[in-house]
Amino acid sequence: MTRDDPWRPCADHTALRARARLLAELRAFFAARGVLEVETPVLSAAANPDPAIEPLHLQADLTGTGARRWFLQTSPELPMKRLLAAGSGPIYQVCKVFRADECGRRHHPEFSLLEWYRPGFPLEDLMDEVAALVRRLLSRPALPIERLRYRDLFLDTLGIDPWTATPAQLRSVAATRGIAGAGELALDTDGWLDLLLSHCLEPHLGRGRLTFVQDYPPSQAALARVLPGPRPVARRFEVYLAGMELANGFDELLDAAEQRRRFRGNQVRRAAHDQCPVSPDERFLAALEAGLPPCAGVALGLDRLLMCALGAERIDAVLTFSADRA
Amino acid sequence: MASYKTNEFKGGLKIMLDGDPYTIVENEFVKPGKGQAFNRVKVRNLKTGRVVEKTFKSGDSVEAADVHETDLQYLYNDGEMWHFMDTETFEQIGADAAAVGDAAKWLKEQDLCKVTLYNGAPLSVDPPNFVVLTITETDPGLRGDTATGGTKPATLETGAVVNVPLFLEAGEMIRVDTRSGEYLSRAKEA
Repeated sequence: MTRDDPWRPCADHTALRARARLLAELRAFFAARGVLEVETPVLSAAANPDPAIEPLHLQADLTGTGARRWFLQTSPELPMKRLLAAGSGPIYQVCKVFRADECGRRHHPEFSLLEWYRPGFPLEDLMDEVAALVRRLLSRPALPIERLRYRDLFLDTLGIDPWTATPAQLRSVAATRGIAGAGELALDTDGWLDLLLSHCLEPHLGRGRLTFVQDYPPSQAALARVLPGPRPVARRFEVYLAGMELANGFDELLDAAEQRRRFRGNQVRRAAHDQCPVSPDERFLAALEAGLPPCAGVALGLDRLLMCALGAERIDAVLTFSADRA
Repeated sequence: MASYKTNEFKGGLKIMLDGDPYTIVENEFVKPGKGQAFNRVKVRNLKTGRVVEKTFKSGDSVEAADVHETDLQYLYNDGEMWHFMDTETFEQIGADAAAVGDAAKWLKEQDLCKVTLYNGAPLSVDPPNFVVLTITETDPGLRGDTATGGTKPATLETGAVVNVPLFLEAGEMIRVDTRSGEYLSRAKEA
């Protein structure tokens, strides 16, 4: 195949056309719903300190005040929330985002993200909108929709309660489920839950349907609001199709003090694991203090959606030029 | 000691697991968007050939295995060991039956073989893909019978037995594909 020549694109013409159609359709979808398309900087002085996401950075003088570190965005979340706090109303963005060390069949360090925010939307309404968009972009208007709670998924499939299980119990479930080498892994509770989710549960999610998993343990809230109670839950959802994670949505955290506390926790964790230090984004925190309107937001991986649309097994098949040809 | 981080994992990388050298056959990166990343790998034990799965936490390091392949010339068998020589340094090295395995039946003096060394000692031996060997024993040939397509077993000088066309005689040389063990053609000389 001449497509193996490294100067050539990885994607074939069908994939290029599918991407163009997807972009045109999603823009029409949001235009009809009065959601404004915006752009925010790809290079930022600050980044999200989430320890599960490693930013790429470079050294440059972009402001005429001397060289300093600039981060390539891992998602446009923080600047988009600054827009919301400034009164933008509903907004969406299609952009390239970058995550170090993420490379595989379904991962590529540079990928395309669709992210949007809906002021005044309860999380359920945003899930409905995600379903409507995915059905339209895949031209599958009757694609069944399923909603599961994170806790029920673990209870029904693995017989454990993620809120109360100890790391030792989770390790033994991983071992009996045949995850090779589970016995030697050193993980905390969330690490074990991620292992079980990605190895035992995810492959079965979204088969012939669009599956929403919602209400996460508070330790996995990221930037979502936590509902207090006897069993607090993070108001967050993930979307799965064909055994693959497509999107992640939040009922957005509005409390600046709580956000600052979480960022500090992230930084402590980053330092403990020798990860690159990421200082808190003070401009984002100032925007939260000024007041973010109650809103729900979601980020959806466009390359993976294209994989689903085309039945592609590897993300490279839908990328114009993957990193090894870029 | 040399080691590899999980982001260096790829097919063919040689690593140590539980004291044995392994080669990575397949590496899959698995990561929930907001969670812990893992590398799920299929690895082949270079001693036993067995393929097993293993899951690593991304970012962890694994000891590198001191394994490399080199082309060595086969010299002779002393009844116990097969002796090979580096044709540049003239250094000699002996391989035991466990390392030579099935390759033994194709080894002919002076042929270049691919020898996999682990900590400097032979771990496995691959014969050349094509070898020229003399038939030492076979049923008498049917002269002129080049058309019927029948075959008969023939024992070669190294002890290997291959199916050859009916017209071939003991003393003739033939070319064999060692990967399939199949006769390819008559050969004039090695």
